[in-house]
Amino acid sequence: MEKERDKTIIDKIWKLLASVKLAIVIFALISLTSIVGTVLEQQAEPAKNIQVLTKIFGKSLAPTIYSIFEKLGFMDMYHSWWFIMLLILFSLNIVICSLERLPRIWKIIREPIRPVTEEQIKKFSINRDIVLKGKPDKIKNVVTEAIKNIGFNHAELKEDKGYQIYSQKGNYTRLGVFITHVSILIILLGAVIGVFFGFKGFVNIPEGKSYSVAFSRTEPLNQAEEDERDKILHAIGASSDNILNAAMQLGMNEKSLRAKMRRYGIQPLGFSIRNDDFNVDFYSGSDMPKEYRSWLTIIDKGKEVMKKSIEVNAPLTYRGITFYQASYGMNPNAHGEFIIKVTSQSGASETKQMHLGDKFIIPGTNIEGTIKDFSPALSRDQEGRFFTYAEMMNNPAVLIDFREGGKDKYSGWILKRYPATWRLPEGYIVEFMDLWGVQYTGLQVRKDPGVWVVYLGCITIAVGLYMAFFMSHRKLWVRMIEEKNNTRVLIGATSNKNRAAFERKINKMIVLISKRQEGEK
Amino acid sequence: MDSSFFFGLSTMAYILAMMIYITYLAFRKTQIGITATTITIAGFVSQTLALLMRWKEFNEISGMGILRSAPLTNLFESLIFFVWCLILGYLIIEFKYKTRSFGAFVTPIAGLALAFIDLSGMSKEIHPLLPALQSNWLLAHVMMSFIAYATFALSFSTGLMYLIMKTDKRNETAYIFWSFTLGVFVTLMLAMGIDFLTFKVVVKPEEFIKSYMFRASFLNPSHSIKILSYVFITVIIFIIWRYGSILKKVLEKFAITADTLDEIAYKSIAIGFPIFTVGGLIFGALWADQAWGVYWSWDPKETWSLITWFIYAFYLHGRMIRGWRGKKVAIVAVTGFTAVIFTYLGVNLLLSGLHAYGEIE
Ligand code: HEM
Repeated sequence: MEKERDKTIIDKIWKLLASVKLAIVIFALISLTSIVGTVLEQQAEPAKNIQVLTKIFGKSLAPTIYSIFEKLGFMDMYHSWWFIMLLILFSLNIVICSLERLPRIWKIIREPIRPVTEEQIKKFSINRDIVLKGKPDKIKNVVTEAIKNIGFNHAELKEDKGYQIYSQKGNYTRLGVFITHVSILIILLGAVIGVFFGFKGFVNIPEGKSYSVAFSRTEPLNQAEEDERDKILHAIGASSDNILNAAMQLGMNEKSLRAKMRRYGIQPLGFSIRNDDFNVDFYSGSDMPKEYRSWLTIIDKGKEVMKKSIEVNAPLTYRGITFYQASYGMNPNAHGEFIIKVTSQSGASETKQMHLGDKFIIPGTNIEGTIKDFSPALSRDQEGRFFTYAEMMNNPAVLIDFREGGKDKYSGWILKRYPATWRLPEGYIVEFMDLWGVQYTGLQVRKDPGVWVVYLGCITIAVGLYMAFFMSHRKLWVRMIEEKNNTRVLIGATSNKNRAAFERKINKMIVLISKRQEGEK
Repeated sequence: MDSSFFFGLSTMAYILAMMIYITYLAFRKTQIGITATTITIAGFVSQTLALLMRWKEFNEISGMGILRSAPLTNLFESLIFFVWCLILGYLIIEFKYKTRSFGAFVTPIAGLALAFIDLSGMSKEIHPLLPALQSNWLLAHVMMSFIAYATFALSFSTGLMYLIMKTDKRNETAYIFWSFTLGVFVTLMLAMGIDFLTFKVVVKPEEFIKSYMFRASFLNPSHSIKILSYVFITVIIFIIWRYGSILKKVLEKFAITADTLDEIAYKSIAIGFPIFTVGGLIFGALWADQAWGVYWSWDPKETWSLITWFIYAFYLHGRMIRGWRGKKVAIVAVTGFTAVIFTYLGVNLLLSGLHAYGEIE
């Protein structure tokens, strides 16, 4: 007795989990809760969302509503326990629904098509009845040809006074829905792999510097925490990325160091990455950026193993870790190197690296240049005075004084973006290539071993949807029976989807048959 | 002759076609119908030419290669593409189902959309692309999304017509739903028209949405205009609700059955859903992955695309439940397209406003 009741309860749960009704309830729940998630900014500071709620509900209600939503996990809802439960329920729904239906679908797929009687053939949703001149033996060949022409392989059967030809096509397309559903599971699995075995981080690398860690903590650190973090970073650096050595140096065991690293979001890369150079290209004549580019070098076990430049939409991947161009910035206090290229009239050129105040000689002359001043973004006001209009290197320029034999000759700004300013009166070219070492590149760092699983799911869902919506399982029967020296041709056909298109095919087939028949007469 | 000439031509053709289609509805003369179709096709050809020419012009100016120069760089351009898809979809339906009854509904949308774009003066400006937008995935993403949106727009209008034809009691949920939705749509269209006439601004579309849209009505600084707008929308909804049976009678005159409407709504979604899945969600994720290293980040726009997707999944599965086919799923189809519009406008207009700092009124 007891057992029986258990079974029915389990059956009920199973039936619920296999039902399409549950599916649409879940669709509705995910959609509705997600709407709240787009109104409240996720993982934001409380003040921000209190303000949002104030705009909607007014000042008096906002704090109460905030604390209710906060308790329900809506401030980080996509990671809240109930949203994850919803996704698990959703997956379970798909799994059980698929398990429940697959055997039946499989049976339909594997079932060979069988000949039918005259009564049955007339019941199909598409059916035609025509009479052709000639004996069934002859008609059979014509029909066989026409069936082949519309893409069917046929089987045939000798009947009393004629023949029956029957055929099916696209039975495997019935798997389309199944593939679509499984793909969703694959994509979710890929996302889970990413959460557990990957990380998302960030690192700012100044030109010329290298890093062997990325940072994944987004919440700010207080002063004490920051000091501790820097100590750990220093120890890791000093022990050339060996965590065990670093732990010994800090006087703790490896496990607690790893725990601390997790807490501060220090993600060891297992190799170093160096920023050789960073540059922003602008659309000519404007400050609209066209391209951000970093030249990077990967150093693994002391060896340079890879050199590559990256830009937005074109990242670099090494040992499963990918670096994306995400941002950039400037450290105005850094001592950069001016890179100046001097070309003489003969075309011979020479590149020099210098600091503010350094002097250089134009080869083959006794003209001496001195770097006097620098502006990251030079412009002129109405009276023609120079001024700096931005902190970033939007229009970098150097002021160079030229002297010959101890006498002032001329002086002027040389702008990186304007070749017209590089030419000296004597025909020498002094090109300002770069101020190197003051900019840093902001790299988004990601390790996600699940991304390939996600992409696999994306490919299979595309295939599954194509099969589900644009292909169909079609069956076709043609009976040819002798009737007073003529042949009566009965055609029956079904399609599980898009009947109209199949009907057009059948009409085409009939036209082919009639034409052939006339031609043979 | 440049692309804007042909855009102008297609705008006029669609508006002319609209008038002829309406005449056709009234008199049902075959010649009138053929004239309307011919003019629509002429408008379509001219718009196609305009799109291709603009593509070529952009390519010559930007020098970024053919693919990167597709005229889909901003909201207005994608709106033009949307209109193009819509007309193409309409023409296919006209030929397949041999009915001209929708012409009177589709051509006004096309004509008005193009006229608005023309009024705001965008057609000559060409903006170069920011680095994050220079991606072939993004191009495929935008193009396929808008093709899907056009199919969703068709299912929206057929779904709405289905509801109008199938309901007659004013206290029925489905009746209240369609009269409310139609009222809101009509009023918002009017409000946008008033915005354009009031401000006549030449700005980037994103800026227009953020700073000008509905500022002449619902978001006007003056309280009385604001209240007036809400009174107006209520009145419009009430009128549609009260006199909805007239609309039903008009629709019943069309040589089209409710079942055909249901079928067209399903077919449009059956085409749009796979395209939206691949183009809207997958290609969007691929682009984000390439640009930022996260294929999914739950930002409002992404989330709203997902919500849209779930609504249409709801539609497809709802049809399988006994008793849901018909009115209930038609409501879902109509809701789906409101989500599409919200993804495009609401996220920029309402959510970014909510999230802006220091704007408490
Ligand atoms: C977002 C997730 C889902 C997507 C994108 C999806 C997609 C689809 C598609 C495209 C179809 C074909 C519809 C048609 O031909 O009109 C379908 C059918 C179906 N789906 Fe889903 N589905 C999802 C989730 C689910 C879930 C959770 C269930 C659980 C019960 C489910 C059960 C079914 C069933 C029973 C069918 C009908 C199969 C048939 O006609 O043989 N689906 N689904």
